[in-house]
Amino acid sequence: MSKRVVVDPITRIEGHLRVEVVVDDNNVVQEAYSSSTLWRGIETIVKGRDPRDAGFFTQRICGVCTYSHYRAGIEAVEDALKINPPLNAKLVRTLMNAALYLHDHPVHFYHLHGLDWVDVVSALKADPHKAAQEAFKYSSNPMACGADDLVETLKRVGDFVKKGDLGPFANAYWGHKTFRFTPEQNLIALSHYLKALQMQRLAAQMMAIFGGKQPHPQSLTVGGVTCIMDLQDPARLGEFLTKFKEMADFVNRAYYPDLVMAAHAYASEPSVTGGLGTANLMTSKEFLLNSNEYLFDSGIILKGDISKVFEIDESKITEEATHSWYADDEPLHPYDGKTNPKYTGFKDAQTINGKGELENTKVLKESEKYSWIKSPRYNGEPMQVGPLSNIVINYAKGNKRVVKVVDQFLKDANLPLKAVFSTLGRTAARMLEAKIIADNCLETFNSLIQNLKVDDSTYTTYQIDNTKEYKGRFMGNAPRGILSHWTRIKNGVVENWQAVVPSTWNASPKDAKGARGPYEESLVGLKIADLSQPLEIIRVVHSFDPCIACAVHVMDTKGNELSDYKVDIGCFC
Amino acid sequence: MEQDELYLSLSERLGKLSKFPKMRDDGKSISKLLEENGISRRDFMKWAAAMTAMLSLPASFSPLMAKAAELTDRLPVIWLHMAECTGCSESLLRSDAPTIDSLIFDYISLEYHETLMAAAGWQAEQTLEESIKKYKGRYILMVEGGIPSDDSSFYLTVGPHGQTGESHAKEASDNALAIFAIGTCSSFGGVQAAAPNPTNAQPLHKVTNKPVINVPGCPPSEKNIVGNVLHYILFGTLPALDAYNRPKWAYGKRIHDQCERRGHFDAGEFVQEFGDEGAKKGYCLYKVGCKGPYTFNNCSRERFNQHTSWPVQVGHGCIGCSEPDFWDKMGPFESPLADRLYHSVFSGLGADATADKIGATILTVTAVGIAAHAAISVIKKPKE
Repeated sequence: MSKRVVVDPITRIEGHLRVEVVVDDNNVVQEAYSSSTLWRGIETIVKGRDPRDAGFFTQRICGVCTYSHYRAGIEAVEDALKINPPLNAKLVRTLMNAALYLHDHPVHFYHLHGLDWVDVVSALKADPHKAAQEAFKYSSNPMACGADDLVETLKRVGDFVKKGDLGPFANAYWGHKTFRFTPEQNLIALSHYLKALQMQRLAAQMMAIFGGKQPHPQSLTVGGVTCIMDLQDPARLGEFLTKFKEMADFVNRAYYPDLVMAAHAYASEPSVTGGLGTANLMTSKEFLLNSNEYLFDSGIILKGDISKVFEIDESKITEEATHSWYADDEPLHPYDGKTNPKYTGFKDAQTINGKGELENTKVLKESEKYSWIKSPRYNGEPMQVGPLSNIVINYAKGNKRVVKVVDQFLKDANLPLKAVFSTLGRTAARMLEAKIIADNCLETFNSLIQNLKVDDSTYTTYQIDNTKEYKGRFMGNAPRGILSHWTRIKNGVVENWQAVVPSTWNASPKDAKGARGPYEESLVGLKIADLSQPLEIIRVVHSFDPCIACAVHVMDTKGNELSDYKVDIGCFC
Repeated sequence: MEQDELYLSLSERLGKLSKFPKMRDDGKSISKLLEENGISRRDFMKWAAAMTAMLSLPASFSPLMAKAAELTDRLPVIWLHMAECTGCSESLLRSDAPTIDSLIFDYISLEYHETLMAAAGWQAEQTLEESIKKYKGRYILMVEGGIPSDDSSFYLTVGPHGQTGESHAKEASDNALAIFAIGTCSSFGGVQAAAPNPTNAQPLHKVTNKPVINVPGCPPSEKNIVGNVLHYILFGTLPALDAYNRPKWAYGKRIHDQCERRGHFDAGEFVQEFGDEGAKKGYCLYKVGCKGPYTFNNCSRERFNQHTSWPVQVGHGCIGCSEPDFWDKMGPFESPLADRLYHSVFSGLGADATADKIGATILTVTAVGIAAHAAISVIKKPKE
């Protein structure tokens, strides 16, 4: 008989996410449901505001990808007004984006996802001297893995555990049979968990040099950037350069080797070697290296066939709400669209609780509406977005900077290319993306220096004509994947706004045809060792790096092309 | 004399605290734990002195600060997420130099924090229930995010029983020792409460009857989060608060008055447009929308990210993010407030009116005065 398991809240993410699965007698997942349990309605709030302010509102969609929606909000308006910001501004924006990725990806791996891979209690059994030796298997110059560091880590965490009150580490899944690191490997990763807590402060400082603060930087404006004094200050530029190199060092000497280590240890763990889920992949070009060259290229791969990469046709993007809590079943003219949430709630059912027993709970009405997230589709098909898509598409396109790093990693990890199509691959691809940025984005920095020698402009003057109507969009990549914002401006104010966000693509519920969203698809077929401790589910979902505040929005474009967006439903993730 | 009394009352407070039963099973104080972790007494006292200065207390209070920190191991912390963007949690993660701040957070036993905790689902739910029961009346509650309320509370549910965020917040508030609303959303409703507030998002103090200390900012700096906890431990009562329940030590001074560009304001030197000559020279940002004259916070003193920078330093005006309803009252963010044509509470001046204990009328005049000064100064003192 099938059983149902509810995991709510999915912790160690941004936002409020519930996942439910139905398993068979062998504890293999037959069906899965992904649901956001929060709606904030920011899209209705931005309507009627000054378009210059829109970026500040959209920024508050998310404090984790704290820069992505700010930039998108600013650049969508620039596109609408046909403003071409000076090269200096574009390059600084790129450097801030690099700072975001170099913060976000390591924090995701170590502090959000890490405890799915690393058994903290097992680390306490490690021999720190053996572990120090072990670290050299994965790097010729490992960081924070000397015997001195590891003895210290062991002592610090050991004392903490001995107290009996584990604080944030309490009541977790320690000892779970799908943990595959040896005690020594766990200790190495744990040392890096602590090191990464320091390093993330440094990466945030990088952003703050040009952004004023992080989270929520404040130096972008429609027309350019405001940090002109920092650009004219060689000491400030030097600070950025130095911190960038320190962060790159961490990526190369800790983050990369830890994924090589994970690839070896987890290569035979079935709960992470499958789970690709949706095999349609999509990504955008991103990271301007100089006046015209990008680090990553855009494209689409369908059904996992890497022999063909298609260009994105933006008119094929649609959204629907068959299973989302919005009363928008009837197609409305875009300009008549209303934000009309329609919450239908849960139903009562017995599910497996944390003791493995049946308990009365609330579950999703899976045949009706069951999430605040909508279902974006490309040409009617669900798409997976994020670092895995970005890396695979760029590899398939022969992007030399990508191919080189991927090939080296596969060699170091002793894995075939197809192994990338998995939960483990999704987690590794995020690291590879960070490494490729760390390896290349000083080119952007150097381009900025070269340009500053001959050009000190940071801002383009513009006028908003209140009698005209404008429309424009931003398309680029955020740490979780392809991101677009679409706007229409009328009477000098925001007439409509829509964001199509990475986690909306990935966390979407089923569509009218019954096709699952990528989280859901990746869970089907997963075998769960112990239903009361569903670590496997949490690990698979975390591998997407959920950012749920970002994913929730209400725009109904069911059947409508995005160029017809309407506003009061604009999604802001 | 006043200082002596304060010192005395703090000493008494700490004396009382030290007599409370230990919460830690091993009875170790934080200073002992720090020592074991390689933080010397000397470093610890240096840190205490730095925190004392930050809280604007006399230097002679440093030993009390250290004592207070030693006692923090008695304080479990529960942190709840409501309708939010996790920016405040990110800010907490930036807690830094002296790195002992982070240690203190480790050691005040973070019982529940959805972004950081290892447990999920049933295990997370159980942790929350047990922590509230075990530390009933003894834990610090920190809440991030606005709270969809009443008939709209369904906009946020948490846990396998589909409880509303509002009910979680109420229950955790009922049993807390002290309550901090972290960030502008929890303090004042925040971005989701901006007009038309489609989810009826409310600040924490509208959801509970218990006193709430507001620590606004979008997000507040890590210093303001950590400093407030210490302030509470020291005084044993709510810190001195302004009209919006914001601790005066952090929110008692006007950004404009502490601003590095203030001299340019007084001299009538303004950035007229981003990227212009004035921008290169660091002129005042009032005319490109700076809301520093209407905003109370310590950004200009403490800055962000280990004092790396703050918005005015990178050439963008303050947007007034620690003031109530700033999303509706401070916009447009890149134009002077005095240019705005519509009306709002306190003429859009937010806390300015009450924090200074000056009537709204006078303040409106002040705002007009500021604008007039900005306009006239250009005529009076033509720039090159």
